[in-house]
Amino acid sequence: MSINPDLQGRSYPAAEVYEVGREKVREFARAVKATHPAHFDVEAAQALGHADLVAPPTFAIIVAQRADAQLIEDPESGIDFSRVVHADQRFTHHRPIVAGDRLVAELHVDTVRGMGGGAMITTRSEITTVDGEKVATTTSSILVRGEGQ
Amino acid sequence: MPALNQPALNQPVLNELEKGQEIGRRVIDVNRVDLVKYAGASGDFNPIHWNEAFATSVELPGVIAHGMFTMGSAVQLVTDWAGDPGAVVDYQTRFTKPVLVQDTTGTEEPGAQVEVAGVVGALDEEAGTARIDLTVTFDGQRVLMKAQAVVKLSA
Repeated sequence: MSINPDLQGRSYPAAEVYEVGREKVREFARAVKATHPAHFDVEAAQALGHADLVAPPTFAIIVAQRADAQLIEDPESGIDFSRVVHADQRFTHHRPIVAGDRLVAELHVDTVRGMGGGAMITTRSEITTVDGEKVATTTSSILVRGEGQ
Repeated sequence: MPALNQPALNQPVLNELEKGQEIGRRVIDVNRVDLVKYAGASGDFNPIHWNEAFATSVELPGVIAHGMFTMGSAVQLVTDWAGDPGAVVDYQTRFTKPVLVQDTTGTEEPGAQVEVAGVVGALDEEAGTARIDLTVTFDGQRVLMKAQAVVKLSA
């Protein structure tokens, strides 16, 4: 099955709420070998002016990849996850993500470009709090390899 | 609580920086267990990052690190230098080469070593930001391209 070209311009509304927990911030920070005290110690984070533990700069990938899953699992998309390669990634933070945030992501399929038998798909997640405050914009391109690629 | 525009001790100050200035470098040891931890922390359980047989079955040379693990660990050089992880307002990269992680479980040898170096790539006084350009290499080859972090600093 090939990639559905009509995916371009499609969007998926915000689905489940992602609640940022302190232990998840600590776990993710350890997993990327981050040692800054603002990820681990609430007082250290507050001393820098943050409300609570600060998530590492790439933490939003958790929320973005949950949003991407809606597209990849959409039977109309034609995407075979085992043939997906991550090509590029960008995070723009409107403000830092902190523990206690309740986040939702709206997914937009910005471009779909055929490449050989495969396709390059660029998606954008607009991450906000449940109250609509802008938190982060993430963009990601995935290459779906065609047969023999 | 200090005012937000007051740099803490040792934090870099925008108007003291120069384009081309190095902010530091470091070597990140990567072991198979690190990829298991990253899989759990991120929710990305693609078996190419932890199962040798699966990785080779899809024509990879072996288990490779998550691109997001490399991107996420490389930026620590920037957050530690900036003194505040919340100062990174933008961070992007392209993934060009995989980081192949050998199974060295039970030994002192790292499964792979990723080298990270950062320089000041651009300064924007109006926005109050510095762009840090990262060079991230594995086995002598760049694994991230255009790895750029924009950091908000006090003037």
